[in-house]
This record gives sequence, structure tokens and C-alpha cells, in this order.
Amino acid sequence: MEIERIRPSLNEDTKPYWDGLKDGRLLFQKCGHCGTIRHYPRQVCSECFSMNVEWIEASGKGKVHTWAVSHHAFHPFFKRDLPMTFVTADMDEGVRVCARLRGDGVIPSIGMPVRVAFERLDDDLTVPVFYPA
Amino acid sequence: MPNILFEKCAISGIGETAYVRGSGKSETALQMEASLRAIADAGLSPKDIDGVIPYATGSAVAEDFITNFGIADLRLSATTPLGGAGCIAAVQNAVGAIVAGIANHVLIPIGRNGYSGARIGSRVQQLPQFRTVGEFEMPLGQIAPVQLYAQMARRHMETFGTKSEHFGKIAVTIREHATMNENTLMTEPLTLEQHQNSRMISDPLRLFDCCLESDGGAAIVISSGERARDLKSKPVYIMGIAEGHPDSPSAITQRPDMTTLGTAKAAPRAFGMAGVDHKDIDVAEIYDCFTYIVLCQLEDLGFCKKGEGGDFVASTSLGLDGPMPINTHGGLLSQAHIIGMNHIVELAKQLRGEAGKAQVRDAKIGLVTGYGDMGDGGVAIMRA
Ligand SMILES: [Zn+2]
Repeated sequence: MEIERIRPSLNEDTKPYWDGLKDGRLLFQKCGHCGTIRHYPRQVCSECFSMNVEWIEASGKGKVHTWAVSHHAFHPFFKRDLPMTFVTADMDEGVRVCARLRGDGVIPSIGMPVRVAFERLDDDLTVPVFYPA
Repeated sequence: MPNILFEKCAISGIGETAYVRGSGKSETALQMEASLRAIADAGLSPKDIDGVIPYATGSAVAEDFITNFGIADLRLSATTPLGGAGCIAAVQNAVGAIVAGIANHVLIPIGRNGYSGARIGSRVQQLPQFRTVGEFEMPLGQIAPVQLYAQMARRHMETFGTKSEHFGKIAVTIREHATMNENTLMTEPLTLEQHQNSRMISDPLRLFDCCLESDGGAAIVISSGERARDLKSKPVYIMGIAEGHPDSPSAITQRPDMTTLGTAKAAPRAFGMAGVDHKDIDVAEIYDCFTYIVLCQLEDLGFCKKGEGGDFVASTSLGLDGPMPINTHGGLLSQAHIIGMNHIVELAKQLRGEAGKAQVRDAKIGLVTGYGDMGDGGVAIMRA
């Protein structure tokens, strides 16, 4: 029996982010009032409390803030992927993105430049991944 | 002038079930069993309980206690959804409610089948506090707390030079304490070599950096100090208590300083309320879901500076021969994972002088922490 993958339970606040990924674009929220960029998507700008929001396309460029390598899958779907390297990167826009690191045999370190790419998993789900830049 | 809550309330009763893998009992039954023991320890009748703060994501609600105990007029029902910091947060709420005259005897029960029931890793996704991680990180394969905490630990290691051996020393010491306890899952000592050779779960965190999954229940009763003095057991007074929430509480990956927990905000408040200094703490029960989280809390509590946790752990004994023994019961790492209620119960035992082989000599003032939901911290300072 095929194991179901974990899917995001998206809503009105977050759908544009996932739609962007499907189009091969990494989108961040930008406050429609003061311009502060934020991530993950949420309802209110914590700088000026405006609920006006626009979505901007990110450069996709960042530097490793931290990383870890999973040797245990906590969901059966990911057993085939072990070990999995996760990177959290400081993006040029000032927010962070967490994603799997691709590239054979790459061992990350803090400050290492990375770039975002997109992996289409099926018709409904595309996820961000990192490659060494 | 002392804080309005200073020493106004006390732990009047403590209770625990056996800690096992495979309880054969329902989670609610475990809570009832532990609660009845805590109430009997206080010398109260179950009908005397007029406040209940059950575990926020547990199986039982206050109504279950009204029904089982025949409570005629329950005046306080609340929950504190801070994960492993929830027990300390519940004590803070109980103290506030008692001082305000809302309730007299508040029961705080925990009971869970963490081993034989739904595994911890698989149920976090259901919690609203984990919605953000659930949407943005779990679909990528980052599912369990250990995977997130591994990224926190790595940041600490690369920034400050902290080593896996530092985590190992914490695991070894806490295991040593578990072997002195009769109600414990882990009964054999652990060596640093065994720690270093244990398999990676989420690099840099190894198997022996992770807490146990276990079944069991524990409970306490909080009463006013005045009432507690007339009850059966020696009151353990709450000198200082606080909860703290980290920046970006729902997404560790977005936290400005990934190496600081909510504990750092709670600690100055708890110490300030208690009116004591770090050197006054004789024994500390520190929430130990992962070894790294213990090291990070030692810093956030102020026992050493941020970044110096590795050196502190390497140069200071955390055992019974040291200046401040930690996790004298064996903690979540080696006794059982009872959401930190076992830490509160152990501190009460230490301060009452009832901690058996692991009794810290002349333990007068003690500290207990809670930690959970990716960064929430709770700190309480007590004396008998
Ligand atoms: Zn704004």
C-alpha cells in the first residue's frame, strides 16, 4: 500500500505561498503599509499592526543559519529519504527559510551560501529545496 | 516589599503511579490514581478539591474529576497549553487563583501513555501551537521536536564550541541518579562512551540525548500556605514562579536568537520574586526532554553566561557530590517522561527530605523548570 505523504493544511492566509511554489516562485509576505517582509505567512504586521499584505518574489539567495541531519524518519513516507539534511537559511530579504539540502555529499556549515530550487512532488504539492550556491 | 505571591502557597500533597512501559491502564485512570495519592498525601478528601488544572492536551478534563470525586462545587477549571512548561504554568495559575480567593485546593494531574499510546512524534502535528510547523516544515520531513532541537543545538555548537561530550555528561549524570531511584525505567548506569556510540537520531542529537517514552501519572495539590501548615505533609512553599515565551514561539526556524528559550524571560522574574540568588539553589530539577535543552536552560536560568554552558557542564559536577545536583530522580531522560510533573514531585521530596538514596544533604532551597512547545519556559523556586 502506498504511504500517504504529509500535506500542508493551508488556508486563506497561506495559499498564495503554496501557489507560488507551484509556479516555481518563492513568495514572502510584505506589509502593505510599512513594507516589512515577514515569514511564515501570518495575519498582522508585528511592526505596524496593518493587515494589508502584498506578496513579493524572493531572490532565493541566502546563507546557512543552522542545519541538522535526520537519521530517523518520524513518518514512514520519509524512510526512503534517510539521511535527510535540513538547512535553515538567512535569506537576503531578512527572513529565514527551512528546507532540505540537495547536492551530493555536501556538508553544510554556518554562513555557507545557498540558493532555493523547487521540487514538484505531484500536481498539488511543490516544495522548496536548497542547493549550495 | 515581597511579591504578593511570595510563599503564599505551597505544595500540600504529591502522588505518583508506577512509571512503566505498558501501563495497561487508561490515561485518565493514571491521572485519577496519581491524584488520589497526592490528595491522600495532603491528608485531604477528594471532595476538598475545588480547582483542577488538567494537562491541556491530555485525556481528562475538570469534569472527569467532578464526576469521579463527587466534587460539589468546583470553582476553577483551566488549562495551560505550554507543553512541558504547562505544569509550572499550572502552578502559577493555581497560586494566583488561591491568593485571589477563587479556590482553596487546586489539583494538577498528569497521566499519559507516552509509550503504549500515540507516540509523541506523531501527535504534535495535531496541536494548534504546532500549526505553523505542521504546515511549512512537516511536509518537508521535519516532523518531530528532536529534528528542530537538533538545529538549535547545531547553532549553539558552531557558535560557541559546545560539544556532544557536554551533552553526554548531562545524560551520564542524570542516568546515575535514576539508578538510585526505585520508580524508574532506566536502572543501569550509562557511560560517556555508550552515549558517544549511540545512534544518531537527528545529528547532532544521539539516542541518549533524547528522553524516554513512558507510561505513568503524577499529581500535586497546591493549597494556601496557611491551610497547608495544618495538613498531613510538610508544606513546600512556592517562593518564586514565572512562565516565559520565546520570540517567534511557533517557529524555531524564524526565532531571531535560536539559542535562547522562553526560560530566559521567566528566570529573572522567578528569582526576583523568590528573593534568592543562584548560589542559594541547593538542588535543581531541570526539564530534560533533550540533553541540549538542559545545557541551554542552565544558561538561560543564569547559572552561567549564554554560550558558556559547555564549559560549565565540563567543569562543574551536576551530581550529588557537586554544588547543585540536577535531576536527582533521573529526569525525562532516565526516569520517565511525565511532562515534568515528576520533576516537581521530586523537588518536593528533596525539600521534604524524602528523596531516598538521591537525597541532597541539607537541601533547603530548590528550583524546578518546565520547557515545551518549542521554547516555552517555566521556572519555580521552592523551600520546605
Ligand atoms: Zn507593517
